[in-house]
Amino acid sequence: MQKPKIATASLAGCFGCHMSLLDIDDRILKLIDLVDFDKSPVDDIKEFTGRCLVGLIEGGCCNEENVRVLQEFRKHCDILISVGDCAIDGGLPALRNGIPLKECLTEAYITGPTVYNPSGKIPSDSEIPLLLDRIYPCHEVVKIDYYLPGCPPPADTLWQALTALLSGKPIDLPYELIKYD
Amino acid sequence: MNEKTVTFIVDGKEIKARPEQTIMKACDEAGVYIPRLCAFKDLSPFGSCRVCTVKVNGRPQAACTQPVGEGIVVESQTAEIQQIRRNIIDMLFVEGNHFCMFCEKSGNCELQAMAYRLGILAPKFPYMFPVRGVDASHPDIFIDWNRCILCARCIRTSCEIDGKNAYGFIGRGPHKRVATNSSAGLKGTDADVSDKAPANCPVGSLMYKRIGYAVPIGCRLYDKNPIGSDIEMKKTT
Ligand code: SF4
Ligand code: FES
Repeated sequence: MQKPKIATASLAGCFGCHMSLLDIDDRILKLIDLVDFDKSPVDDIKEFTGRCLVGLIEGGCCNEENVRVLQEFRKHCDILISVGDCAIDGGLPALRNGIPLKECLTEAYITGPTVYNPSGKIPSDSEIPLLLDRIYPCHEVVKIDYYLPGCPPPADTLWQALTALLSGKPIDLPYELIKYD
Repeated sequence: MNEKTVTFIVDGKEIKARPEQTIMKACDEAGVYIPRLCAFKDLSPFGSCRVCTVKVNGRPQAACTQPVGEGIVVESQTAEIQQIRRNIIDMLFVEGNHFCMFCEKSGNCELQAMAYRLGILAPKFPYMFPVRGVDASHPDIFIDWNRCILCARCIRTSCEIDGKNAYGFIGRGPHKRVATNSSAGLKGTDADVSDKAPANCPVGSLMYKRIGYAVPIGCRLYDKNPIGSDIEMKKTT
């Protein structure tokens, strides 16, 4: 029988949530027995190869590419999970939500005290994804089925959630595994 | 002795109280925890957050202000009321900017702890990302309005315990906020580091400077035990 597939992505995140997934330690071997990884930075598969049971999303949407990837995940995954505070509420990147985009870019590339940028211009290469006006939590862009908060969520939270889903049970986290920090 | 006692029911349990007590006080003494944010043990009741909502004979009331009465029937831990409480907590989260991941209060924060206790994984309302400021003008205390939940515990503590009048509300509705009693900001007030007011802020809004992150993760107030456990510990039987 074919194993169910998992896909993961890091959007506007720091890869900390992926690190937390690796933090399940030797249970990762058990996980590999249970699932195959599809599109994910874990195996560096860039495009979906088929339907996935679970998609784990780290990070919110800060640019147009994040939105595209997230929509693709929604299309290919039966269950889509917002993993970590950035996916759920924008997280640290959302600190810029109260500052107009132009102001952010000007400080980052032109007027900031440590900026070295002889061109004096804000980068605008067409290869660089366009920034959105603010950070959008994932559930404001596509439908999200589950939320696993934390910065990052504890490895045990990820493990419990995944094993519950793989055995067809609802995710029921004990008190110690719900954390926002 | 009997004239001085009233008996009432909370979630099917019989509780005895003194007639001048509020429902919350009586329940606390009986080891029955009613969730709360603006109520605080040493302060006069305020009744603003509505997290303590219970149904008294079928009508929603704030348990922190509602007096007990002979034979009243109180519902607290029902699915319906827990959902009302979750909705209030959700609203408080989306109305402010609560960055738990770097907040000094995280692990000791009553808003966060209440969300944990109620099993909230993510608020269901859209985030508002309001633009709010910080007053760090005082040498020992700061206010971060991004995290304020307008419980008035600082205002009441300043008046009732510190014997000062350092804080007050200004504005209405979505514009309401805590203001300091000086146009120069916090540094212009008589607030100082020996005040209790910062200690009684439930969130990371009014804080003492330079003591953040003193307690390691895992040992903080609500890391292992839900908020309210201290009251529930008193439970007899
Ligand atoms: S600063 Fe703290 S204590 Fe004062 S109203 Fe805001 S949340 Fe309550
Ligand atoms: S605790 Fe009763 S209204 Fe806030």
